[in-house]
Amino acid sequence: MSAKALLNAKDIEIILHRLACQLIENHDDFSNTVFIGLQPRGGYLANRLLHLLEKEYNAKDLQLGLLDITFYRDDFRRRDEPLTATKTEIDFLIEDKNVVIIDDVLYSGRSVRAALTAIQSFGRPKNIELLVLIDRRFSRHLPIQPDYKGRQVDAINKEKVLVTWTETHNEDAVYIEQK
Amino acid sequence: MDQLSVQHLLGIKYLNTNDIDLIFKTADHFKEVINRPIKKVPSLRDITIANLFFENSTRTKLSFELAEKRLSADVINFSAGQSSVKKGETLIDTVNNILSMKVDIVVMRHGNVGAGVFLSKHVNAKIINAGDGTHEHPTQALLDSYSIREKLGTVKGKKVVIVGDILHSRVALSNIFALQLQGAEVKVCGPTTLIPKHITKLGVGVETNLKKALEWCDVANVLRVQHERMAINYFPSTREYTQLFGINQQILDNLDKKIVIMHPGPINRGVEITSDVADSKQSIILNQVENGVAVRMAVIYLLAQQVKR
Repeated sequence: MSAKALLNAKDIEIILHRLACQLIENHDDFSNTVFIGLQPRGGYLANRLLHLLEKEYNAKDLQLGLLDITFYRDDFRRRDEPLTATKTEIDFLIEDKNVVIIDDVLYSGRSVRAALTAIQSFGRPKNIELLVLIDRRFSRHLPIQPDYKGRQVDAINKEKVLVTWTETHNEDAVYIEQK
Repeated sequence: MDQLSVQHLLGIKYLNTNDIDLIFKTADHFKEVINRPIKKVPSLRDITIANLFFENSTRTKLSFELAEKRLSADVINFSAGQSSVKKGETLIDTVNNILSMKVDIVVMRHGNVGAGVFLSKHVNAKIINAGDGTHEHPTQALLDSYSIREKLGTVKGKKVVIVGDILHSRVALSNIFALQLQGAEVKVCGPTTLIPKHITKLGVGVETNLKKALEWCDVANVLRVQHERMAINYFPSTREYTQLFGINQQILDNLDKKIVIMHPGPINRGVEITSDVADSKQSIILNQVENGVAVRMAVIYLLAQQVKR
């Protein structure tokens, strides 16, 4: 297995600043906005982004929830390995809110499809946007596109995009691996 | 590791500690789900479940049905009261009916011991035992342990006394297996006529003095006096039973600690437990009911994972 570095820590920092500015442009003071990180990997990106918004851009009282989509997936009983759930932590209602769903990599779009169903269990949002760090644009199975994207990648199906964070892997980076 | 070691849930005695851990972890997720504004997930959309209740049941049946519907399964109910059983329907006839209905999971309560095991050998569906005679009631024991874990943090090392009619109780037997598997100490307490002769062989202590039993324990699981299963009198009168084995607030206040009170329901208020105890802060009876749905969702979800497409 060989890995090719796509983004380093500096690249990721610049991208996070750009994404933060784009969010401010569209959501103003975030008073009617909630952020939903998709478990497990979207949570890291969401935490980073919110930390940046609060620290560098003086955003206040940002609401972040973590959503597990396991029970909403469309491949239950269709895989060899059983699905394992992680925790959902959403302690607010999303009724009439602007929701920003955050995930690290957008690939087939099936996780986001599941998230769109799952999120409705917490109310009827005003609108939903999608923010991803990496958009694998030629791999979509469903008509789902991101509203905010860090970097677009033309990886082929045999390749895997791996996002690492300092919190979990001691480094902020994005690699493309040969499966 | 993320899969049950068993094909059916016929009794706690067939499970191992990993199975129980997995069921509880999954139940944690479902407990969060059933506290959402919309308490439903679409996981089991293409699964059909038959609830076959050959014995009367209210809460277990409701709890299972709710769990199934929260998972989006299709549910069919078959309730045979005592009269229907007397009409002569045999279990094997029911088996043939199930086969033709093409159900994936069968939840069954039956008056005969081993009915679930019998069914699992003759029908191509996952079987969940919802009580077989005086033998086992695994989901009740799982939700009891889950409730203890929720209240006290862990089951390991806790002292649990099961009070009342042990002889006729499937809840007692399943609880003994489940608690011991998780490293709890178990004693039973009740009139000697209602304690099975060889129960100590299961590694449980026997105590006939209620006060001593309560002083010893962290948790008291109080069982219902099952008048319907008693063809002969096992104790002189209900009044005498209440005097010797009924739990009231005064007894609890005289203990030097706050023990947890559980009851699988339905409660005979004023017989095995007084109303003030049942409704007190020490009682987790209603938590047990809520946890019952989450635990049953977990069991159904984990077994449904094994259903072949």
